[in-house]
Amino acid sequence: MSPSPASENSGIWKLIFGRLDWSSLPLHEPIVVGTFLMVMLGGLVVVAGITKYKLWGMLWNDWFTTVDHKRIGIMYMILGLIMFVRGFADAVMMRLQQAMAFNGSEGYLNAHHYDQIFTAHGVIMIFFVAMPMITGIMNYIVPLQIGARDVSFPFLNNFSFWMTTAGAVIVMMSLFVGEFARTGWLAYPPLSGIAYSPGVGVDYYIWGLQIAGIGTLLSGVNLIATIVKMRAPGMNMMKLPVFTWTSLCANVLIVAAFPVLTAVLALLSLDRYVGTAFFTNDMGGNPMMYVNLIWIWGHPEVYILILPLFGVFSEVTATFSNKRLFGYSSMVYATIVIALLSYLVWLHHFFTMGSGASVNSFFGITTMVISIPTGAKLFNWLFTMYRGRIRFDLPMMWTVAFMLTFTVGGMTGVLLAVPPADFVLHNSLFLIAHFHNVIIGGVLFGLFAAINYWWPKAFGFTLDTKWGKRSFWLWVVGFWFAFMPLYILGLMGVTRRMRVFDDPSLQIWFQIAAFGALMIAAGIACMFVQFAVSIINREKLRDTTGDPWNGRTLEWATSSPPPDYNFAFTPVIHDNDAWADMKKRGYQRPLSGYEAIHMPSNTGTGIIIAGLSIAFSVGMIWYMWWLAGLSFVGILAVAIGHTFNYKRDFYIPKDVVERTEGERTALLAAKG
Amino acid sequence: MASASPIDPAFLDKDGNPLFHLAHEPHHPEGSSTMLGFWMYLMSDCLIFACLFATYAVLGGNYAAGPGPKDLFDLPLVALNTAMLLFSSITYGFAMLAMEKNRVAATQGWLAITGLFGLAFLSIEMYEFAHLVHEGATPMRSGFLSAFFTLVGTHGLHVTFGCIWLVTLMVQVARHGLIPANQRRLMCLSMFWHFLDVIWIGVFTFVYLMGMLR
Repeated sequence: MSPSPASENSGIWKLIFGRLDWSSLPLHEPIVVGTFLMVMLGGLVVVAGITKYKLWGMLWNDWFTTVDHKRIGIMYMILGLIMFVRGFADAVMMRLQQAMAFNGSEGYLNAHHYDQIFTAHGVIMIFFVAMPMITGIMNYIVPLQIGARDVSFPFLNNFSFWMTTAGAVIVMMSLFVGEFARTGWLAYPPLSGIAYSPGVGVDYYIWGLQIAGIGTLLSGVNLIATIVKMRAPGMNMMKLPVFTWTSLCANVLIVAAFPVLTAVLALLSLDRYVGTAFFTNDMGGNPMMYVNLIWIWGHPEVYILILPLFGVFSEVTATFSNKRLFGYSSMVYATIVIALLSYLVWLHHFFTMGSGASVNSFFGITTMVISIPTGAKLFNWLFTMYRGRIRFDLPMMWTVAFMLTFTVGGMTGVLLAVPPADFVLHNSLFLIAHFHNVIIGGVLFGLFAAINYWWPKAFGFTLDTKWGKRSFWLWVVGFWFAFMPLYILGLMGVTRRMRVFDDPSLQIWFQIAAFGALMIAAGIACMFVQFAVSIINREKLRDTTGDPWNGRTLEWATSSPPPDYNFAFTPVIHDNDAWADMKKRGYQRPLSGYEAIHMPSNTGTGIIIAGLSIAFSVGMIWYMWWLAGLSFVGILAVAIGHTFNYKRDFYIPKDVVERTEGERTALLAAKG
Repeated sequence: MASASPIDPAFLDKDGNPLFHLAHEPHHPEGSSTMLGFWMYLMSDCLIFACLFATYAVLGGNYAAGPGPKDLFDLPLVALNTAMLLFSSITYGFAMLAMEKNRVAATQGWLAITGLFGLAFLSIEMYEFAHLVHEGATPMRSGFLSAFFTLVGTHGLHVTFGCIWLVTLMVQVARHGLIPANQRRLMCLSMFWHFLDVIWIGVFTFVYLMGMLR
């Protein structure tokens, strides 16, 4: 691709558009152009629909500017699901490419495109699927479980969401304007340095993650403060629901890990923009410093992802076994121990760095030690089920699938933790199979359990079981088809991120894996059908009780969906299964004595700053310095302007509370 | 207490309060979580500095045949700069004492002096940086200089934002007086300002003093 004449000739063009020119649009990639047209068409339909039904005002007032933790939680989930489709499309493309590119065939993806796809897949799945979805679940459920009206810093919550979304927008932009990083999801230098990656790809990566990282960090601070400060009276730390405990630990990890990512990416940007020598091969730089720092963030990150889901499995197991959770305090301490240990294992990602036998042994042993509290958790779940009256509804099915799948993934993890074995398996498809085994089997299955479990709380009707079960079986079986071949290939020495293969005997395994990926695709399709069918049949699936599963924790005490203020009266807690305790003692809702409720007001500052952050990033990525400068000043101005607004709250009047609660009373009475 | 709501007596505790809910809305003082939240932010910021210190520890000896600390650092100048920052912390403390006594003019005066010390610190730092660059010791010269400029510069950037914040708060105090919201904001900036002082003591010891011993 030669740059267009405009960029060569005109200084003005460069001044305005930086290094952006017509050749930056990937018009020579038919797949990308096709995708672009589809996305544009879909986007137009959505925009036209919203305009036709005059929904913009509602969207802006009730959703975009909302500070309600429940709505923000739902928006996080929508963001995660949209990005999941993108990330999964990347996965299928890789599986097809690897299944085809044998016997001299180049497959259908060129190297430039393929390398972007495997990078984007990893980045999107971790940062823009798993992170938004766990944040969404925590946002929705934690305040309800602790009997709070909202989070500690409601505006910050809205701001965090929009910063995460801005990061996603920046990453998605790279698909159609310019390119994404071709470095793998952690962008190791010197490959990601300016010498070897002079294009915009790594810059898209850096700014996408930096902007989203601000959102993640702030939502971590927010949820910790919420859990520490806003618990209902009587709920001491050892009466916290387990999901809230695991969320607390995950958010502590976020606050203690994400600054490291911010710092290391800032250093990489300095290398790329200013020409410093942090991670260069010459001038006294040290690329391994980057690898160390990024994994000091990266390892806690995987526990940030899994811990809240451990909480979900605990809630689901207890609820669907109709029993109190076995070993509550051991569960809490296991969570804390895992959180602490997650900081002492980062070097196992690069045993091959050559730090010597003693260092490798230390990190190998700490890694294996993590399996002890994790194993304790598994036994706690099993003992909870033991002699329980187990109901195999969808959340419980996902939980059992998790226990089986995750245990296998955990065992291959212990295998990789042995440094000599790791020297053989490092960077192989065995590793890929291992971490997909724990992330899909743990994080994704957990998210599906959580969605099926809490959907009725969020929307007031349960999810369709028939399509849910189809999705479940396709997913679980598809997973085993897709990843077991990778274990085998890895043991045979096949390395990750390969585009073409010479040895024809390997092809069958890649074909099996591709078949598995297609089964998963069908599973995902069934999940979306499940959502659609449930929404269409919502009257039939309606739950008026607010407690469809005979739940045990406080979120089931209020209506579904909960009113803006969550609870008409602040609950008082006497037991760690607060709602089960209340039901056991024959609790009745109070029907009078309501008071006005103090609530935070909506604000548009979050979405405005996030929009300016996108403009800032575009300026930085494309070297449009004027745009970067202007939008930075704009961010400062809006942020400072926001602090001049001292009126950030309002009262929900008593009669509104009375009316809302009266409607619920009528509904409950109609139910009988 | 609970007389307003006719509740089944089985759900009242022995004092007559409802067992499972509060009869009246609890009064959450506005901003009751702010200090905790701000502390957590500061600790996360502290981790960013920890990374920069660690990077300096690893790269600090990589001169790439360029100048080292002994060739570059001017300790008396840095000592003067340290004094500026330490004085600014003392004067911020005086501002907080004045705030406690609800004296707006004194608070504003001490804040202004704090800001001036902050600016003095930044000016001396800029002078030092300009001098180093002039001598060819740019951030691009070696791993050591990259790490040095980034660590010290990040601290300077924080002080810059602190100054902007300080001016903003002075305007807000001028407008609304020492209302609780403004007192809370001044407390946050106070923590931020002292935090930067602590970081600077680390920089002064670890980078400058120990650099001269290297």
